[in-house]
Amino acid sequence: MSESINLERQRQVVAALRTTLPENCVLYRDEDTRPYECDGLTLYRQVPMAVALPECESQVAQILKLCHALQVPVVPRGAGTGLSGSALPHAAGVLLSMVKFNRILDIDRHARTATVQPGVRNLAISEAAALHRLYYAPDPSSQIACTIGGNVAENSGGVHCLKYGLTVHNVLRVRALTLDGEVVEFGSRALDSPGLDLLAVIVGSEGMLAVTTEVTVKLVPMPQLARCIMASFAEVTDACHAVAALIAAGIIPAGLEMLDQAASRLVEPYAHAGYDLDAAAVLLCESDGTPEEVGDEIEHMSAVLRQSHATRVQVSNDEAERLRFWAGRKNAFPAAGRAAPAYYCMDGTIPRRHLAQMLLSIQDMERKYRLQCPNVFHAGDGNLHPLILFDDGDADSVARAEQFGAEILEKTVQLGGTISGEHGIGVEKLDQMCSQFDRATLDAFGAVKRAFDPSGLLNPGKVVPTLHRCGEHRTRRANAAAASFPDLPRF
Amino acid sequence: MHDALAALAEQIRAAALERTALRIRAGGSKDFYGNSPRGSVLDPRGVCGIVSYEPTELALAVRCGTPLAEVEATLEREGQMLAFEPPHYGPAATIGGCIASGLAGPRRASSGYSYGGVRDFVLGAKLLDGRAQLLSFGGMVMKNVAGYDVARLLVGSLGVLGVITEVSLKVVPKFKLETTLQFTLAEAAALRQLNAWGALPLPISASAWHMDRLRLRLSGSGPAVAAAAAKLGGEAAELATGAQFWQALREQTHPFFSGELPLWRLSVPSSAAPLELGSEQLIEWGGALRWLRSTRTATEIRARAHALGGHATLYRGGDRTRDIFTPLAPGIAAIHERLCAQFDPQAIFDSGRMYRRAGDANHSG
Repeated sequence: MSESINLERQRQVVAALRTTLPENCVLYRDEDTRPYECDGLTLYRQVPMAVALPECESQVAQILKLCHALQVPVVPRGAGTGLSGSALPHAAGVLLSMVKFNRILDIDRHARTATVQPGVRNLAISEAAALHRLYYAPDPSSQIACTIGGNVAENSGGVHCLKYGLTVHNVLRVRALTLDGEVVEFGSRALDSPGLDLLAVIVGSEGMLAVTTEVTVKLVPMPQLARCIMASFAEVTDACHAVAALIAAGIIPAGLEMLDQAASRLVEPYAHAGYDLDAAAVLLCESDGTPEEVGDEIEHMSAVLRQSHATRVQVSNDEAERLRFWAGRKNAFPAAGRAAPAYYCMDGTIPRRHLAQMLLSIQDMERKYRLQCPNVFHAGDGNLHPLILFDDGDADSVARAEQFGAEILEKTVQLGGTISGEHGIGVEKLDQMCSQFDRATLDAFGAVKRAFDPSGLLNPGKVVPTLHRCGEHRTRRANAAAASFPDLPRF
Repeated sequence: MHDALAALAEQIRAAALERTALRIRAGGSKDFYGNSPRGSVLDPRGVCGIVSYEPTELALAVRCGTPLAEVEATLEREGQMLAFEPPHYGPAATIGGCIASGLAGPRRASSGYSYGGVRDFVLGAKLLDGRAQLLSFGGMVMKNVAGYDVARLLVGSLGVLGVITEVSLKVVPKFKLETTLQFTLAEAAALRQLNAWGALPLPISASAWHMDRLRLRLSGSGPAVAAAAAKLGGEAAELATGAQFWQALREQTHPFFSGELPLWRLSVPSSAAPLELGSEQLIEWGGALRWLRSTRTATEIRARAHALGGHATLYRGGDRTRDIFTPLAPGIAAIHERLCAQFDPQAIFDSGRMYRRAGDANHSG
């Protein structure tokens, strides 16, 4: 439900923006602003009042200062690949696109750091560092397109974060502007900084606390060797137990991913990864390091997988084969896009011991909502990505998909997990924030927001639900529960 | 809220009424650290015990007053450990103090899955704020981006935002084998060598340079450690001697740390040039942590740390009445001030241990 633009206000703001930006860096006509109406979460759309495309930090500072003076909301955006609507524009606001900040400023081989502008793509950092046999570890599936600024905003993960950590573990320093246009530096090239660890809060703050203008990341040595095991299981529960058994054996795989049968069948025609289509679940289990380390670990992991009733254990023989094993996993989203008119990707994380129970619940929900839901996920850290396939041209199908997603999220909270592992809250999961957190903690998030942005103009309306919204959410849930069990007495 | 927690909340409310400052102190093992605090003592040790520990989840939830030694012994029984190798500085150390001080040991700059400081392994935390409200951030899972990451913000906060009553941590498997190698190298050569090794996929889990002796600890599977040791050369230390050395470094019982000279902690980029401040030094974390015994002024030492891209803390000794930590840049200080004001509007936790809050002259504590 898109709100309309106040044209008089738009003229005023565009005129102000043009005092600091060249004409081609300010967009306001509908045909120019329309491409910015959503990020990777296409269920929510809103055309911004104007789009600003600054080219240097001083322009960003000027834009922020004038938006502060005019009391105009500002929504920062990187590549727009985010999956929770964090970059959803504001009808009365300026969308601040950081795509022109695309330069790698420095790769320090000796210190193993890269300093880059926020619009640099995730994969571009590793490509530039490859010369020194170094790389940037977090590798979200969107890494060919997503930007490091967006990764900082969302605390992006990837398939290797069980061993190498998330964005928060791999970013040393963020240079940013507060909404009043002042430069602040969080962290440094050293391993810690004096005072409170504000960098830890900036990472994952969904563009609500400051606008990133420069990022220094840690680079790690490329492993000499990586090999991947592809294991098949006749039962999903066996595959889930195998995950726990690997951890119990003292192994931290470089990657530990699962695809259920529906997901394998979905990606195989697209990626030709060689997945066992008769298996109820396929586990991908990677080891990296020195040849000695990898040899030892692969042997150990294979033994644990066999003891956990794997029906087939296949180890990649060369790099081409390893990449082929991963191709299916990494292309799950585009494959889903091909299999249905639309898909809705969920992102809860649960304690690993509840994985099997969660997958069985999702199967029940598939029947309840009459929609298919293949599962690909980061099994090693319990981060699920159910892909609800639906028809976005059919209002009823859309409504069922949204309810399906909401029920999955509520279930993750019940199982002691979280509603978002790596995609963020944005606008998508505002309701479920009311389920996961009590009011005092939600108010504390509001307090953090005010400490960084007293004006409240930076990306407003995301992440922290209002008191009113939580009240409505509780009423809706109570009504839905009452409708499901009309005979039960309610107290 | 159980009794011990309710008692803490009551003490916070009373302090708010009387407008007095509280200083949070459990075992007192880190009393030496930070500016000399003011205020009456709030002892959170009644809030103790392990809440949950699932070895196959690699996650542990524990209440603040639990002895650090008990936490480590519990993990040890399952072949796991705290990756950041926190210093205890005495048997009275608690997990709450470990989190609030945010101090990590030799393994901080290791390669692989044990890399990281205290904050890198925090999954969630509970906090009693200045209004005596119990807030709960994060949780028990590895990946969690719901809401701002306040749990990590609490690491090293020295109690300025409230009492950390519970924390959940990611734990890691212990390594099968650890071995120590020794080399004779001057400072500049050692720094060059450490950074060069850092760019190679080697299982280095700690390093220490002191008086032209460079020691490396390798951790991993038997074949991995053996292959790396063969590649690196140097002389191997006896297993027991090696383990004792790293323990002495972690707990600062190594002779370098004895004596009365002020002990400075300089945190700099690992590749930073030698300090050239002309006194005895011990270097850890692949070059990123430089311990210095020096009577030079804070201004001189901080100017050098700043020039090298880092900061300096007067860790032990010297004048502890003020300015133990590097002053903050104005923009950062303003955010600090507002965060403290939001979480602790009546300045109950303004003990001055980290930085004094603006306008705290009104305080009677």
